[in-house]
Amino acid sequence: MKMIKIFSSAFLLMSVLLFSCAPKDSDVQVKVNEKFTASPNLMGASATVADGVATLTGEVTDEVAKTEAEASAKDVKGVKSVVNNLTVTPPPPPPPPMNVNPDSALTQGVTDATKDFPTVKASVNNGEITLTGSIKRADLQKLMQTLNTLKPSKINNQLTIK
Amino acid sequence: MSALQDKYKQLIDTANASGISNLQVQEEGNVLHIDGEAPDGATKDKLWEIYGKTDPDFRTGDVLMNVNVAASTGSKAKVTTDSTNLNIRKGPGTDQPIVGKAAHNEIVTLLSKPNDQWWLIKTDGGAEGYAYAQYLSPQ
Repeated sequence: MKMIKIFSSAFLLMSVLLFSCAPKDSDVQVKVNEKFTASPNLMGASATVADGVATLTGEVTDEVAKTEAEASAKDVKGVKSVVNNLTVTPPPPPPPPMNVNPDSALTQGVTDATKDFPTVKASVNNGEITLTGSIKRADLQKLMQTLNTLKPSKINNQLTIK
Repeated sequence: MSALQDKYKQLIDTANASGISNLQVQEEGNVLHIDGEAPDGATKDKLWEIYGKTDPDFRTGDVLMNVNVAASTGSKAKVTTDSTNLNIRKGPGTDQPIVGKAAHNEIVTLLSKPNDQWWLIKTDGGAEGYAYAQYLSPQ
């Protein structure tokens, strides 16, 4: 009877020791997520770890990153398996290049826009509109709104505002 | 965030929150370009009010805001001149002959928007031609 008691307590002790050898899920989770944060293409990924199973969620920009995230998580000690639930979302296309109207079109547009403001003088050079002369304060915004739709590269407002 | 986007943060934030379609905020040559289509005139006015507060009298020239009010073909627009009639012209340009007039506060029909400055309109009286978009408020 005594022997059984000794054996059973030894067994108990061993199992506790064995269990404590395996890294804790929460620590493993932190390590996996640290790895993700450290690499720019895996920033959108995050992991939760339960019983050594790492579940990956979030967004990456391509399949390569998705595979890389899985491999990266598997490398962490304590990860037994990986459930890869990452979604691949391609980055948005780059915005179209800014189109600035040629000076000829700008000049025509500026002529139309300033027609009702005879005290305003405007010149166009290299995509830039330069305003001189004077304008009533109440009309300034109206004029600017129209000039802003002409697609110049810049508007230099040197108007005297009355 | 760049210094320019920081300076106009309130403007950009408001644009983002106002349901502007096809909103684009880009920088080129130290000028912030804001493009898009506002759902209504009040939204456009609000954006210009913020722009005018951030850059009084629009002196700095570091923003180009090309935000127009969305208006679909066949919709109505009000003539918002100060007090005068609005010229309706044969083509899109002040050098084009005048083919008709729309009265101050008259409601006209928008036929198409060939560009941001000139819209093709039709009055109830039957006059059809190009009018300057600045004086038309989509209804």
